[in-house]
Amino acid sequence: MKTRNLSKLTKSNFITYGIVIAAYIIVEIFLRAGMVSSLLEGLLVPLCMYVILAVSLNLTVGISGELSLGHAGFMCVGAFSSAIFSKCMETVLPVAGIRFFLAILIGTAFAALFGVLIGIPVLRLKGDYLAIVTLAFGEIIKNVVNVVFLGRDSRGFHISTKDSISLGLEKGGEVIIKGPQGITGTPKDSTFLIGVILILITLFVVINLINSRTGRAIMAIRDNRIAAESVGISVTKYKLLAFSVSAALAGTAGVLYAHNLSTLTALPKNFGYNMSITILVFVVLGGIGNIRGSVIAAVVLTLLPELLRSLNDYRMLIYAIILIVTMIFTSSPGGREIQERIKLFFKKKKTKEA
Amino acid sequence: MALLEVKNLGISFGGLRAVDDFNLTIEQGELYGLIGPNGAGKTTIFNLLTGVYKPTDGYIMLDGENITGKKTTEINRHGIARTFQNIRLFSELSVLDNVKVGLHNHYPYSALTGILRLPKYFRVEKEMNEKAMELLKVFGLDKEADYKASNLPYGQQRKLEIARALATGPKLLLLDEPAAGMNPNETQELMKTIRFVRDEFHMTILLIEHDMKLVSGICERLTVLNFGQVLTEGETTAVLHDPKVIAAYLGE
Repeated sequence: MKTRNLSKLTKSNFITYGIVIAAYIIVEIFLRAGMVSSLLEGLLVPLCMYVILAVSLNLTVGISGELSLGHAGFMCVGAFSSAIFSKCMETVLPVAGIRFFLAILIGTAFAALFGVLIGIPVLRLKGDYLAIVTLAFGEIIKNVVNVVFLGRDSRGFHISTKDSISLGLEKGGEVIIKGPQGITGTPKDSTFLIGVILILITLFVVINLINSRTGRAIMAIRDNRIAAESVGISVTKYKLLAFSVSAALAGTAGVLYAHNLSTLTALPKNFGYNMSITILVFVVLGGIGNIRGSVIAAVVLTLLPELLRSLNDYRMLIYAIILIVTMIFTSSPGGREIQERIKLFFKKKKTKEA
Repeated sequence: MALLEVKNLGISFGGLRAVDDFNLTIEQGELYGLIGPNGAGKTTIFNLLTGVYKPTDGYIMLDGENITGKKTTEINRHGIARTFQNIRLFSELSVLDNVKVGLHNHYPYSALTGILRLPKYFRVEKEMNEKAMELLKVFGLDKEADYKASNLPYGQQRKLEIARALATGPKLLLLDEPAAGMNPNETQELMKTIRFVRDEFHMTILLIEHDMKLVSGICERLTVLNFGQVLTEGETTAVLHDPKVIAAYLGE
């Protein structure tokens, strides 16, 4: 009985990995054949980033059951910490592979650290309150980054919140973060292949975490906090664990983002509230707690606006309609009934064939 | 030495004295009942014993250890497990996983071991599955192991809650109205199960119940609570014939 259940679970997970790998191979073939427009090609790395963000947010929202609206903030931490590292190390470590690998580790680690620091006070709250406070923290991170000036010379690092002159750099020193102008000249290390590998690692971490003792504890707290405490599960520990793992993976996505652009600035568009909501939309439409759904929703909803580009003015209108239809289809009782019927139809077909 | 010793326990919520000067001694292996009218403070006592509320006075000793004022999770580790009046299962998890959450602290491996799928993960998970299935078999739930907990019928949900509580390896099991909402047949079966748990696991059980058939059928001793205070205590039959108890709770 149990073995069947377990194999079914692993099978479902392998399908998820398989989809990602298959998608990569198909895209790679199209790329080689020169059948992908440059616009779409430029979208490949952001696509990977969105998938990672969606999967990681699903860990907080779907598995841990906490509505977080500050996910873009952790992405921002990952992006800037790794970009600073890469910029400083560009001359010291000319090998892009090793440097980028270290940058990923650093971005992830910093985001995890911020996840813990912010998680400790924030996770005392629940529901709407938690959402509001995480939203605020996300905005704070973005705005703080916007006023920071960071420079480096032979005496070490200098930091200021005024302007680059007040850093008082020696001759030959360089300004790394120029306040609202951000970081320029980050090495462009992100590639589609690395993005896909990071997606696979993210999936591996999240799926394995969910299907372990730790994941069970996290879901138990989500389902019934009082009962979880009564069987000896430390609520704070596991909530914080889920939150910081989720933050760390958002940081990884941030590293990918930072190393895909030559200029990294903290705008409301990329690290603000809009981004957090976009990620949440992926999670909700993909199905809360459904990891594979998050992957598919992130891909479809990122590509959709681009594919609809030829429709110009009607683009966002159609996008909105698709969102609404999907929501009705997946969440309303009527929509669910149709889903059941479709499932039944396929089941019948299968049994007939057999 | 008694397994559970409660002395002068009391708690106030603002001006309301919910429990006052409550004393209770339960011996190892006893089946003890706590009865009383609605609002007498029975569930509050359970919440005090399990650390949901911190008592304002008195102390609680479990197996010679003072557990007064400790957190719920710590108290569970010391050996008190409970079920709830309104069933609290992990509704989205499978029946098997519900029990495995109960086994959580007895089969440790780190989060990293789980993520990296180290050999220890597979070994411990296998042990956990075996142990959990064993427990489910005791309660006749082994065939439903893969079901979502919320899809179980009511009676089985109650049983699963007991199984989950037992999985934590307690010394003392608290059952809060285990027969609530059950028909006479289900209650009969539940009585058998409770007795079986006591005999098979050498468990000490304290239960709250309104169903007098169940109480008189399985409890060896009773404490009657009224307005947060002990009305009387003693052997079941003696207590149930006490005129004070009849007047306050049972009715003529």
